[in-house]
Amino acid sequence: MALITCQNLCLGYDGREILHDLSFEVNSGDYLCIVGENGSGKSTLMRTILGLQRPLAGQILTGDGLRVSEIGYLPQQTPVQKDFPASVREVVLSGFEGKCGWRPFYTKAEKQQAEENIRAMGIEALSRRCYRELSGGQQQRVLLARALCATSKLLFLDEPVSGLDPRVTAEMYELIEKLNKEQSITIIMISHDIAAALRYASHILHIGDRVFFGTNAAYQESGIGTVFMKGGDVL
Amino acid sequence: MTEILNKLTLYWQYPFVRYALAVGVLISLCSSLLGVTLVLKRFSFIGDGLSHVAFGAMAIASVLHFTNDMPLVLLITILSAVALLRTGQNAKIKGDAAVAMISVGALAVGYLLMNLFTPSGNLSGDVCSTLFGSTSILTLTKTEVRLCAVLSVIVVAAFVFFYHKVFAVTFDESFAAATGVKTKVYNFIIAVIIAVIIVLAMNLVGSLLISALVIFPALSAMRVFRSFRSVTICSAVFSVFCSLLGILISILAGTPVGSTIVAADIVMFFVFSAFGAFMGGVHA
Repeated sequence: MALITCQNLCLGYDGREILHDLSFEVNSGDYLCIVGENGSGKSTLMRTILGLQRPLAGQILTGDGLRVSEIGYLPQQTPVQKDFPASVREVVLSGFEGKCGWRPFYTKAEKQQAEENIRAMGIEALSRRCYRELSGGQQQRVLLARALCATSKLLFLDEPVSGLDPRVTAEMYELIEKLNKEQSITIIMISHDIAAALRYASHILHIGDRVFFGTNAAYQESGIGTVFMKGGDVL
Repeated sequence: MTEILNKLTLYWQYPFVRYALAVGVLISLCSSLLGVTLVLKRFSFIGDGLSHVAFGAMAIASVLHFTNDMPLVLLITILSAVALLRTGQNAKIKGDAAVAMISVGALAVGYLLMNLFTPSGNLSGDVCSTLFGSTSILTLTKTEVRLCAVLSVIVVAAFVFFYHKVFAVTFDESFAAATGVKTKVYNFIIAVIIAVIIVLAMNLVGSLLISALVIFPALSAMRVFRSFRSVTICSAVFSVFCSLLGILISILAGTPVGSTIVAADIVMFFVFSAFGAFMGGVHA
């Protein structure tokens, strides 16, 4: 059974529908990129799958014994975080909070795992630094390490490279690919960067006026992407 | 110097001075704990807003001739706190505007009620002491001190127990909710704790100055420290120190307690700012 199955989803907010009758599924090990114009509902779709808002109609099924506490998420940064006094270690550890339930403190094993994730993201030198003083790319690595504390199965990424320079962007994509290939973590990523989506993703979900879901190769054949690629919203 | 010490020893013999110091320490400790969270959630003025709600509730209680107004005041304040914090970021009326509305509205209605229904001749005196808390901390009874102590212990224990959850919910509510943290439950608990602290703090500095107790320690600590834990500890120490200093000065110099404490907070804020700018931040 698929990890996540979306059936006949209708999405929107305040009673206004922005996506109609969307169906697709994500299997374990997939690398799915969600592409589409601004305002087409990419973030709304992700927030709905994550249970942060309700669909207007349709349903979302999870399979393979996936629980909410096994999902990792890399959200877009919020204004609060820009002046939040928090060390890198504190931020990464907070990824375990979903697994804690009513337990007030983190276990030793969780602390060790957090250290490992910090190392895996190559930011161990920063672990005592203050999160808000880091560069954009370093902050994304911290948030990725936090997401890895929450999951070893499924990772949602909401425009993980927005605002990063080209070199850091490339490093970020390599890290994500490594997680997908080496640790077989399923990736669901919203992206504006269609070139990168075509390069890394196994599946593409294109939403907007025309909707497409299928493998990367089928998407390139379909020609929907070519219009989008020449549309100027390539970055 | 010996003169001051003698004076302090003399005052120490009076129970009301000891009560004032004890309550002052407890309340400033409690109010500083959630300061960081409130400042970062853009709810700096919630102390002000909720204390005005508490003022309105007290007016209602006195109009209804309740002998003990504490339960009603606590209930109404908790309900308002929950309503305010629940709306969060997706609300139609944003945090600051909602707080302002509730704050001004409750103040006006409370004053109106007192004016219409209270036969007391010294209305402006009553209102003034409720707003500025000028004398009430010096007229505390033993029961009030005990109640304050019990509530403070509960608040501190709850904060320690929920410390990591408060961090997770404040730093990134979306991530927390998506990964299975019961954010709604914790936001509710945070709101209840805040309401309890504000009702407690009204005794000390009065409703107008509560915001100072909430924001000065947090902002000062954030000037110097860079991790959530060190900021929290520092603001607790800062708050207790300033309150003790303020109460002692007010006893010695005969100044109003609430405003003296806030004056101490302001001075220390500038000291911390200067220190923070000089050090460029301590990495702890």
